[in-house]
Amino acid sequence: MRDIDAEKIIEAVKNMCMNANYYLNNDIKQAMESGLQSERSPIGTQILDKLLINAELAAEKKVAICQDTGMAVVFVTIGQEVHITGGGLADAINEGVRRGYSEGFLRKSVVGDPIERVNTGDNTPAVIHYEIIPGDALKIELAPKGFGSENMSALRMLKPSDGIEGVKSFILEAVDKAGPNPCPPIVVGVGIGGTMEKAAILAKRALLRPVNIRSNIEYVKNLEKEMLQKINELGIGPAGLGGNNTALAVNVETYPTHIAGLPVAINISCHVTRHAEAVL
Amino acid sequence: MHHNITAPFDRNTVKELKAGDTISLSGVIYTARDAAHKKLIELLKENKKLPFDIENQTIYYVGPCPAKEGEIIGSAGPTSSYRMDAYAPELIKLGETGMIGKGLRNEHVINAMKEYGAVYFGAIGGAGALMAECIKKQEIIAFPELGAEAVRKLEVKDFPLTVIIDCYGNNLYEIGKNEYRKCK
Repeated sequence: MRDIDAEKIIEAVKNMCMNANYYLNNDIKQAMESGLQSERSPIGTQILDKLLINAELAAEKKVAICQDTGMAVVFVTIGQEVHITGGGLADAINEGVRRGYSEGFLRKSVVGDPIERVNTGDNTPAVIHYEIIPGDALKIELAPKGFGSENMSALRMLKPSDGIEGVKSFILEAVDKAGPNPCPPIVVGVGIGGTMEKAAILAKRALLRPVNIRSNIEYVKNLEKEMLQKINELGIGPAGLGGNNTALAVNVETYPTHIAGLPVAINISCHVTRHAEAVL
Repeated sequence: MHHNITAPFDRNTVKELKAGDTISLSGVIYTARDAAHKKLIELLKENKKLPFDIENQTIYYVGPCPAKEGEIIGSAGPTSSYRMDAYAPELIKLGETGMIGKGLRNEHVINAMKEYGAVYFGAIGGAGALMAECIKKQEIIAFPELGAEAVRKLEVKDFPLTVIIDCYGNNLYEIGKNEYRKCK
């Protein structure tokens, strides 16, 4: 067994909350810069330019890139030889979120109940997904998720006969319908297979993959490339004001599924697709 | 076309603005998003006074980050406007002339804008740090219990906006998308 002190987890989560919100990830920044070169719309070019200036300003002043600093989504991959000491794992993660959002001057955007809607005041609780694997390492991935784009996500239980063409038209339909709402240029996370909830988690996980890394499954890689091109032909453009840069990447993850099903989930993220990770 | 406008502004000013125009907005505007809009409409239903006179005012759909020490306000970019569609027509009817947000609006809002004279401006979604630089003063004037969603009175200087939907129903989102769309 390897002991890991809960305080270390708190500290790691706190720092990730702040850093993910202050600093635009390099993969995104590079994709935005290359979008700036390829954008044909003058107003689209201006928007991309301002978004890059905004990111620089946020990093320099250590303030949030966007005021929607998100709900904290956490993926925990924990080795079965790990023993957490000094408190519970979920408590430690939530304490890290609490400290990160308070000390980092980040917006508290979480309500304690979806109907009664009273703000919890500290951005907790986080949404936590756990995976237990062999070994003695603890990996924490954090993806604070803004809801302008989260609200544009969609899930559909397709039929096996719908096939890959059905998946493609669903992706294009969801992105087209979202239009300017999710703050394009967007990143599109797609989960195909599993069950209803597995597809949704795959789509979220897909957003954690850097935008410059393609799937290592041949047909999935081709799907990602084709969808990116087709999405950028929709004309939505930066901020939805027209242009050929609507998405920075389409990331697709797959999982085995049932003989009767073809679940597809689409999780849309804005240009501030935040992802940070720590290995303890 | 570019306009320098001072808020509050009346319906004659609204009539001069066309979808696609760029705006530098200065003056006083108010913030309200989901929870605040719900409360404003509840006040109206109970025949109570709104926390500010809505006549000729502009509402910015935003919930800013807390201000760091020495700063006026935290990052403060626009939130998605369609969530205010259920409430906006009533406020437009009462004299609201400007809305600032991002994203689509429904036909009820657009019809009210055409009927009474109001304009929908887009601020850049995701550029909250940059937009905060144009905010020179903030004061919470209602619903402080809502935190980020409280109603704030803001003083802005050269706030960069684009006219998305004008009072004639022209919509820059449709115009822009159609221009760059490959499969029409």
